Amino acid sequence: MKSGANVSAQTVLEARRRLLRMHHEAGVGHIGGNLSSLDALLVAFHEALGPADRFVLSKGHSAGALYTALWSAGRLSDDDLRTFHQDATLLAGHPPARGIADILFATGSLGHGLSLAAGTALGLRARQSPGRVLCLTSDGEWQEGSTWEAFIFACHQRLDNLTILVDHNGLQGFGSTAEVASMAPLWDKLRGFDAEVSVIDGHDLDAIRAALAPSGRLRVVAMQTVKGKGVSFLEGRMDSHYLPLSAPQYERALQELSAR
Amino acid sequence: MRKQFCDAMVARAARPDLMFLTGDLGFMALEPLQAALGSRFINAGVAEQNMVSVAAALAREGLETWAYSIAPFIYARPFEQIRNDVSFHGLPVKLVGNGGGYGYGVMGPTHHAIEDYGTLLALPGMAVYVPVFDEDLAAVVDRVGNEQRPSYLRIGRGEPPKGWTPPAYAPWRRLVQGRGAVVIAVGPLAGTYVAALQALDESRRPDLWALAELPVALPSVPADILSALAGGRRLCIAEEHVAQGGVASQLLLALAGAGLGVAGLTHLHARAHHYERYGSQAWLRRQSGLDPDGLLAALDLA
Repeated sequence: MKSGANVSAQTVLEARRRLLRMHHEAGVGHIGGNLSSLDALLVAFHEALGPADRFVLSKGHSAGALYTALWSAGRLSDDDLRTFHQDATLLAGHPPARGIADILFATGSLGHGLSLAAGTALGLRARQSPGRVLCLTSDGEWQEGSTWEAFIFACHQRLDNLTILVDHNGLQGFGSTAEVASMAPLWDKLRGFDAEVSVIDGHDLDAIRAALAPSGRLRVVAMQTVKGKGVSFLEGRMDSHYLPLSAPQYERALQELSAR
Repeated sequence: MRKQFCDAMVARAARPDLMFLTGDLGFMALEPLQAALGSRFINAGVAEQNMVSVAAALAREGLETWAYSIAPFIYARPFEQIRNDVSFHGLPVKLVGNGGGYGYGVMGPTHHAIEDYGTLLALPGMAVYVPVFDEDLAAVVDRVGNEQRPSYLRIGRGEPPKGWTPPAYAPWRRLVQGRGAVVIAVGPLAGTYVAALQALDESRRPDLWALAELPVALPSVPADILSALAGGRRLCIAEEHVAQGGVASQLLLALAGAGLGVAGLTHLHARAHHYERYGSQAWLRRQSGLDPDGLLAALDLA
């Protein structure tokens, strides 16, 4: 699955530009949470995921980042991305149920992905496969009871071939996670279970790289990220959760992402 | 049927790819299966949503995956997980619900499952099995085990009348022959009618059929039923399920779609959850007119 090429700052910039272009051409929002998780997805698909490994996107509204990471790693083409959000596309606003080999499950109802990842990890173990599973969750998603069901299950079953990433950008659909239904300090709560929990800068490529290396233990990687990362007028902004970019905003964003 | 289900699963347990999940149910019943499967028997805890999604993922990894609970907790609580994670992907997860219909009668309405198969059959590609007799389980577990689609197995109490031997398993079985109305009863309910109908004179006695597999598709409906209906005989459908989405609507749509009419219809069904008091399965069936006396009265045979 991995491309073999290491992710550089240039790779990230190029992917951000392509993601924005894809969303802009489609007139689609959900940009902020795509940009917050893109770095980790790039490292996952370029460097971390081997042929026997699996990836589950639990925060299905970041499908744009997933498609862009697959494009960056050579798993989807430019032509594929041009179909994003168009009629008869496979690249819907949330991941498709079938048709793209690297996408195992249609997600988008939050709180499903961690269970699907846990089941996949259990299945790999039952098959005595060396593969492991990466699962990307959102931070707001930990308000779903089913996410906790999955986490309890994964810890109890000692799914040491599972790594759970949390895109902690601090903003959800209608407010900040702290204001809506705070779980802070989430990491301390997760540490109460039998899992290895690390907190990293979710935009530091070396930190992501280290966090995604096999550890032989069930691992939670809490990624401190910025919603809208890389575009100054989107960073940390609630409106980047839903709204598409206007033409002037898009041009300004491209300039910012080209000037670095 | 729980014991027979367990026996049939134990017989299947030698398959190395079989995984069995339970939502913390099966005490004093599934221990032999637990012993036979070892680490492939997983108590997923009181967490049905997670259990169903885990089952979907196991099936996607190519494992034969069964997920068990009492009926309302396997289809209602995790409905979105069944829809999104199992059905949308066409994964052959085997959902097993014990105590379908009013099986857990006096335990109260939270434990009744009277809209289960109608709900699940609204999903694409779902197959439903409602075995009639305890003796059916060996055959039914094989059929469900070999399903390549998502499936739901509704099990309940299926004792045949004393001194009467049920015919070998088939999706449709004629249990009693007569020249009266055509009665189609779904699952174990069919067995409860045998004695009452056998006691009738042959000229008035209904033809009693037991139906065990859903959805109803016209090619599978026995020719004897179609010819009896074409000959103007009354149709009675009895099911321990609410009217909406039940077998009656399925069958009538199938008949109408083929241009076939029905001279007269009696539909006996579960009357809903809102009784003011609760009782045994037999009592709740009686309240719905689903007991043998209710059937005879509905057909003017009392």
